[in-house]
Amino acid sequence: MSKVANLKRSAARGLPKAPTGIQGLDEVTDGGLPRGRPTLICGGAGCGKTLMSIEFLVRGATEYGEPGVLMVFEETADELAKNVRSLGFDLQELIEKKKLIIDFVRVERNEIEETGDYDLEGLFVRLNHAIDSIGARRVALDTIETLFSGLSNEAILRAELRRLFRWLKDKGVTAVITGERGEGSLTRHGLEEYVSDCVILLDHRIIDQISTRRLRVVKYRGSVHGTNEYPFLIDENGINILPITSMGLQHEVSNERVPTGVPRLDAMLGGKGYYRGSTVLISGTAGSGKTSLAAHFIDAACERGERCLYFAYEESPNQISRNMRSIGIDLDRWVKKGLLRFHATRSTLYGLEMHLVTAYKLIREFKPDFVVLDPIGNLTLAGSESDTTSMLTRLMDFLKTHKITALWTNLTSGDEQEKTDVGISSLVDTWLLLRGIELDGERNRALYVLKSRGMAHSNQIREFLLTDHGIELTDIYLGPEGVLTGSARQAQEAKESAEALAREQEIAARRRELERKRRALEARITAMRKEFEADEEEAKRIIVESQKREDVFSHDKQKMAANRHADTKPTSGKLRDR
Amino acid sequence: MNTETEKEINSEKWELRLYTAGQTPKSLTAFANLKRLCEEHLKGRYSIEVIDLTRNPQLAAGDQIVAIPTLVRKLPEPLRRIVGDLRDTERTLVGLQLRPAKLDR
Repeated sequence: MSKVANLKRSAARGLPKAPTGIQGLDEVTDGGLPRGRPTLICGGAGCGKTLMSIEFLVRGATEYGEPGVLMVFEETADELAKNVRSLGFDLQELIEKKKLIIDFVRVERNEIEETGDYDLEGLFVRLNHAIDSIGARRVALDTIETLFSGLSNEAILRAELRRLFRWLKDKGVTAVITGERGEGSLTRHGLEEYVSDCVILLDHRIIDQISTRRLRVVKYRGSVHGTNEYPFLIDENGINILPITSMGLQHEVSNERVPTGVPRLDAMLGGKGYYRGSTVLISGTAGSGKTSLAAHFIDAACERGERCLYFAYEESPNQISRNMRSIGIDLDRWVKKGLLRFHATRSTLYGLEMHLVTAYKLIREFKPDFVVLDPIGNLTLAGSESDTTSMLTRLMDFLKTHKITALWTNLTSGDEQEKTDVGISSLVDTWLLLRGIELDGERNRALYVLKSRGMAHSNQIREFLLTDHGIELTDIYLGPEGVLTGSARQAQEAKESAEALAREQEIAARRRELERKRRALEARITAMRKEFEADEEEAKRIIVESQKREDVFSHDKQKMAANRHADTKPTSGKLRDR
Repeated sequence: MNTETEKEINSEKWELRLYTAGQTPKSLTAFANLKRLCEEHLKGRYSIEVIDLTRNPQLAAGDQIVAIPTLVRKLPEPLRRIVGDLRDTERTLVGLQLRPAKLDR
């Protein structure tokens, strides 16, 4: 009953912790190492335990105002200084500022004869002196197990180590003790028996010739901690650990739409382009223009002043720049302006986790708005398919939480167009599919929008042309003879226009013929009218003449009658009426 | 030749340091054992310096002291370290490289 109450109280109060300052470790350990207690860091040779213990001290001294004592049992002063200088730690400076003391303990068995009883008080004295002289709050012992090879009386050593760890606790310093991994146990000499508060295991694994460093918190008494294996990276800034827990699906979404850089593609995507912070996948067969399309997205983004980070797993930055120049896109100018950064690595150079760690690190550093992974399928060379899927999912979650748009390209093989080899197709928001259409002995590119969440997108296939001034999308030929692209489309178009021309010419000819006929008809009408007029004229003339003749005749007749003295008149009237 | 080497060894000055941490029984035993041994083998040509690390902790690092008590043979060279309360005289002699000399006699 009281035990439960105790537990509850301690959970509520929380264990006091000393933040390590090591990137990611504090997240995994929920705040740092147990304050005032020893922590065991164990692992095989070259796993990074020395570095981790040194970084713990350096960060403590520089970031948390806690001076530290480093007791080194294996390396010499010069070796150590050189090794950590390459990681950006200047130990000498810290020593001069009295923030760090390094004590090199050398125990050589061939120089030492043992006789009778002894203890390790000398070590205690040295440690105590070092701690007190700078007021140290942190201590690292690297690697104390070396004592077992220098001194032969194991019973004494064990008793003394037990005493040492208790002493460290009493002293109230936060201590890190490193230990070499043993067979079947965490450390060669079973140090984990004495240091039971917190045990961290480092691992340097090589699978398929690719090495990955991993960290696991084996035990952390009285505290919650991440139980997974977390990959980590040692670079010029020290250790980077990635707490890759899936971040869930709580990220906020943006309603902002962003143009792609290809106007007709924007038109296909509901007229406005993709959503900011979404994941765009361009998949397609080899040589279908995935990288070129990606370059358009980048060019457009940089044009808007956005920062782009390009992970190239296949081509070198120079090669990409050169190739994109051939389609009229100058990526170099964005690199010079600092808006675009390439990160080119062979996917097989290191493990997936390392790729992820590197990506996280670069994204944190560069703070891009737009991230390109080209191509994602290549990552399967560095890990299994399911590992790749999980890595990409985590990366996608990470990008989405930071509202970074992701553009991934993926190579598909001929018969599996609508499937990605890493099975993330269902996770992406906008999926553009590029495919080759083979027809009449040539291959042409076509693009369509396979899906695009949250927008009315076109269902049309567009022909995708790579010109010296970029990508052009044109309508493909759809007619009685099916879908035609490339020169077949052009031929069909030419054929159609020829046919149209012929039809036009025929119509024109008919019109001319009709016109001619009409003119001929009119000419005939005119001629007939002329003839008729002529006839009419003639007839009138004849009538007039004959009247004249009549008049003359009747005049003559009267004359004759007068001559004959005819007394009858009326006859002349009758004659006149006619 | 043999007598000359012996003379040389015999005339050599021995400089010994015993590191302790306070007046512990182990330290006292070690000092007593050392004193007896020196009187027996190095009479008249040795000096013992006892360094109490509880008073002079800064001296521990210089001679790479880890275990207490530790006897350091500063001279003659090379430097030798013997750890423990020196209860085993034979081993102590071997450690101090006095054992072969004893065999010569």
